[in-house]
Amino acid sequence: MSEAAGVIHDIGYQRYAGPRLGRGYVFTSLYVHSLRTAFGLGRSAKAKIFPWFVLGVVFLTGVILAAVRTQVPDAGVTYTAFVDMMAWLVVFFVAVVAPELVSRDLRAGVLPLYFSRPLRRSDYPYAKLAALATAVWLLLGAPQIVMFLIAAFSVDNMSQFWTEVGDVGPGLFYAALWAAVFAGIGLLIASLTGKRAFAAGGIVAVFLMTTPVVGVLSVMPSQTMNELALLFSPSSLVFGVGVWLFGSPDGNDNIGPFGPLYLAVTIGLVAGCVALLQARYRKVASS
Amino acid sequence: MTALSDLTVSVDPGIVGLVGANGAGKSTLIKILLGLLAPTSGRVRVLDLDPTVDAAAVRARVGYMPEHESLSPDLSAAEFVTHLGRMSGLPRTAARERASEALRHVGLYEERYRQIGGYSTGMKQRVKLAQALVHDPDLLLLDEPTNGLDPAGRDAMLALIHRIGTEFGISVVVCSHLLGEVERICDSLIAIDGGRLLRSDNISAMTTTTDVLAVEVSEGIDELAARLDLLGLSVRRDGRLLLVPLEDDATYDRILSAVAELDLPLHRLDQRRHRVAELFATREVTHV
Repeated sequence: MSEAAGVIHDIGYQRYAGPRLGRGYVFTSLYVHSLRTAFGLGRSAKAKIFPWFVLGVVFLTGVILAAVRTQVPDAGVTYTAFVDMMAWLVVFFVAVVAPELVSRDLRAGVLPLYFSRPLRRSDYPYAKLAALATAVWLLLGAPQIVMFLIAAFSVDNMSQFWTEVGDVGPGLFYAALWAAVFAGIGLLIASLTGKRAFAAGGIVAVFLMTTPVVGVLSVMPSQTMNELALLFSPSSLVFGVGVWLFGSPDGNDNIGPFGPLYLAVTIGLVAGCVALLQARYRKVASS
Repeated sequence: MTALSDLTVSVDPGIVGLVGANGAGKSTLIKILLGLLAPTSGRVRVLDLDPTVDAAAVRARVGYMPEHESLSPDLSAAEFVTHLGRMSGLPRTAARERASEALRHVGLYEERYRQIGGYSTGMKQRVKLAQALVHDPDLLLLDEPTNGLDPAGRDAMLALIHRIGTEFGISVVVCSHLLGEVERICDSLIAIDGGRLLRSDNISAMTTTTDVLAVEVSEGIDELAARLDLLGLSVRRDGRLLLVPLEDDATYDRILSAVAELDLPLHRLDQRRHRVAELFATREVTHV
């Protein structure tokens, strides 16, 4: 071929001499790829419908709440209340997106291709978890930024502005707490099955089935029991932490002196999910 | 459960066939080579690295094509291979370029923007090969690369693997339960059964002196056998074929003139290596 008179038909195989980047780059690439997948970016139009619908709802709600706040400052519509309001929507978002991120890979058998590469076994679940938590946090946090900007442009003086800053900060932190809990539980359940419908059903079931438990416990005659009731469902658990840190939105929720316990259980729950997720992928990788 | 035991083998660069029946331990061996499983005892070296210690460094230089379906159906081949290139540490642009190159080498350049879900089995096998090539490995581990392919697809895949092993400068280990396939393209062969080594040798060393010519005629096979016998050739019947040891180039002429004298319709006359299966069978240990 090389002696052919100046005509190159096939340039042949080229060896790659460029850089091969390390763990940080690979992790970030997987994280960004997963975050894009969560919102259907780089995917078919069909995959975009649901995430963009949810985004539309949260932003619309955020704008409406911001408008209400400028007209009726005492309506009690705070940043944290917005997060509470969106809780169920986020449950469904996680139920749809978590299986997209992990069940799909299990189903298609892609994992051997990941684990035969330099990517560390533990980095795969961490990157997926970080991507899902970021997606949930953006869902709950970005509308708060919009609310904040609307409020910030309608303040009369600097002290009101700083009040707003003082309100949105905890709101974003509260959103991060939700994101960690929802992503942890959602991803753990989704990692157990390659069937996306089962995974989605399982995630909704965990949040749905635990809610009546909270309802029953909160009407028990024991006051201590009532104060601990919110511990028994993931969403009410985070809500309980919110009550402890920011006060009850309508003054009817009482967690007594157990605030630190709520926070400890929340952190323990997230840590447990991460540990189980890692154990799950150790098993997958060696099977 | 012991999948592999007492297996000591070392492999030179080139194309190596790893042959064994299903369950012989081929996939377990590959997982150990990739550092995904740690051997309970013994020592492994891949490209002068120890996968139990330096798994990431080994995996950066090895390309792996798994046996089973392992592709995201909702992505295009270009996106999928690019993403996996980045997972091997290639920068974004390099990953995209090399993905296109790898897909071109496996013959999917035109179709690379179509969703993998719509690909045929043969195309999917080639995407699997492309993702193993995208990061320019020094060693390719191919687990049953011809799985599910029709005869033409098998030939194309084997030709491609042969080309990778000879022209690309990449060493290849091909796992298969089909001995006849790997012997066509491999330089050396490792046969394992029940996790134990049956035999490891260089194919040419095993077969150079035992090449045979296969003659097929559509009628008169007995007459031809008798005639060749008269000419002093030791003829062996194998179904509808006559197998004649290839002594020198004159053997061809003697067979051809015998066929011509008898006026028989000749279907084919080709050189084939002594079947490696028979070489293993003489050891009377294999169930391959």
